[in-house]
Amino acid sequence: MKGMTVIVKKTTQLIAGIVFLYGIYIILHGHLTPGGGFAGGVIVAGSFILLILAYGSDFLNLVKEERGSTTYENLAILVFLFLALTGMVAGVGIFFANWLPHGTPGELVSAGFLPLYNIFVGIEVAASILTIFLALIIFKEEVLK
Amino acid sequence: MTVYWLCFILFLVGLYGVITRRNLIKIAISLSVMEFSCFLFLALIGYTEGGAAPIVDTADPVKIYVDPLPQAMVLTAIVIGLATTAMLMAVIIRIYRKYGTFDIREINNLRG
Amino acid sequence: MELAISVIVIFMILGAIYAIHASDILSAVIAGGIVGYSLVICFLLLKAPDLAIVQIVVETITLIIMVAVVLDSSRKEAYGKFDTQAWVTAATAVVILAILFWFLKEASAPLAPFGENTMRMADAYVNGAVDKTGSVNLVTGVLFDFRGYDTLGEATVLVTAVLGVLTILRIRGRK
Repeated sequence: MKGMTVIVKKTTQLIAGIVFLYGIYIILHGHLTPGGGFAGGVIVAGSFILLILAYGSDFLNLVKEERGSTTYENLAILVFLFLALTGMVAGVGIFFANWLPHGTPGELVSAGFLPLYNIFVGIEVAASILTIFLALIIFKEEVLK
Repeated sequence: MTVYWLCFILFLVGLYGVITRRNLIKIAISLSVMEFSCFLFLALIGYTEGGAAPIVDTADPVKIYVDPLPQAMVLTAIVIGLATTAMLMAVIIRIYRKYGTFDIREINNLRG
Repeated sequence: MELAISVIVIFMILGAIYAIHASDILSAVIAGGIVGYSLVICFLLLKAPDLAIVQIVVETITLIIMVAVVLDSSRKEAYGKFDTQAWVTAATAVVILAILFWFLKEASAPLAPFGENTMRMADAYVNGAVDKTGSVNLVTGVLFDFRGYDTLGEATVLVTAVLGVLTILRIRGRK
């Protein structure tokens, strides 16, 4: 697909990185402030969608990106399941047991497994939404060809 | 109590759209309206008068908080809603490519 | 509080009615956006900042996808003449709506008034939750610790939806 005008491209260049960083911040502070994996994941996917819409991309690159995002999505949910299973093995034998030390509530590294869950759910949501968007664009390109 | 009734009327408006409209995109919009009214109802149920947002300040703990359970349920439901809406749009665009129209009655006549 | 939310919900109802009856599909999609963005304000008034953040981003991406689909195809509303089948559909809709309204009257009797939540379920999730989970944000604590199964199921549904989209939109096999 084609990109947009030079004004849009320049603005996107300035904004997209900040949007991406904001999404990462929302994911990492999910156990301290409003937000978390779901909100941050959608914001991260939004920064990628912004870049694709503004700059455009050719067909082969889109297919390659779609393959990458599908891989990340499946890996993230597998790691999420694995982290939940570690409670069965190492903890007290409970699925989703939070057996890491909790630390001081209110600090960035605290709450045991919750930040890790947040990170992997964030990757999963971001990759899923990016995959859906890329699939729609690839369908349009294939029809136009 | 008024706000519960208004919320349910919003649900009924969405249901009316699903039953009577003939355009597939309008049916998708009506479905998301029904979805939004469900989210709003769950959030309304969890509200407590004078409650704080469910984030604990360890230095100065408040006694009353808003119920966090419906909020956690709605949080997951919103993201699922996005995925299902996208899947609905995928089905709709595929139907449009095959039949060339969004009108469900015309698609029914063209079948076979 | 109840008055403010009622006014916003009335706006949402008006937006939904316009979205259903608009003659141009693109304006119907935008009017559907009214409902979604008003929901963000309702969530903020109901002290749910997590939901407000998610909803505002999700609504934006939904609008992008819907506008892309509409611009890619036809903007014409399928108006036909109001024939027998349309009358039957409208009558069915009115009957179903009346029955559901009666159900609401029955079901709303034992409901607590607005703002008087009994917290019957959530008491265990609020009292002492910071010691149990270590998370200051109670919603994250419920989401990933007390109700982790729900979140796992949600992630599975998301993966399934993506697989469905990929299957539906595939024209020829991709290597």
